[in-house]
Amino acid sequence: MKFSDFICEKAIRAQLGADNKRDVIDELVDSLLEAGEISADEKADIIAAIMKREELGSTGIGRGVAVPHTKHAGVGKLVGTVGVSVAGVDFNSLDGEKVQLFFLLISPPDRPGDHLRALENISKQLRGETFCRFLKQSRTAEDIRQLLEEADASQFSG
Amino acid sequence: MSSTAITRTVVVRNPNGLHARPADMLVREANRHQSEIMLEKDGIRADCKSILSLLTLGAACGTEMSLIAEGADAEQAAAMIVELFENGFHELE
Repeated sequence: MKFSDFICEKAIRAQLGADNKRDVIDELVDSLLEAGEISADEKADIIAAIMKREELGSTGIGRGVAVPHTKHAGVGKLVGTVGVSVAGVDFNSLDGEKVQLFFLLISPPDRPGDHLRALENISKQLRGETFCRFLKQSRTAEDIRQLLEEADASQFSG
Repeated sequence: MSSTAITRTVVVRNPNGLHARPADMLVREANRHQSEIMLEKDGIRADCKSILSLLTLGAACGTEMSLIAEGADAEQAAAMIVELFENGFHELE
């Protein structure tokens, strides 16, 4: 699975303004709402579900990366967005580090395989030092969009 | 130093596969042991002490993998991890 299969380009956010976990999730879910991927009346429910998942254990998986996510019937297919925080956000990460890179995913309840393949793609790309560093240095949504496109074309492999 | 490599076959039993939460559980268990613990799927190895590494496997329900533990406490480590897989990471109904 490629980034282009699940990342909504219009929802990409560089320079996130939020400085805590709840607000950063709110900001990212808002980005999907503004992009038309979810409806306004589902927003609160989606945020609550993502926060509930975080209570089971932080999705801050280390290296300054978090993958907040939930299943929700409001989406017909896996949708996601990317956000970058310049300062980093305290996300109770597994390694204790602040999180700069966020990949927020919402998947239909009956498609666990797609979620798994999205995680596989994100983790494979983020293991590459170059991709990870460039993403953290991105300051515009266009920078991020280009990086994802290059990653999809395997520009950072090896 | 004498160390023995132990190999076991594990199968992903929980319907959602090896997603973030089971991977986190696996890392926590692996970190309780000194041994090097790897999972191998289709010739690709992942380090059980790294969640990012484990997620690259994209192991869905039904996936069969080799668990390789090497070190002084390899036997014990392998047994605990095999149990996690058998219990479906506590996600089985």
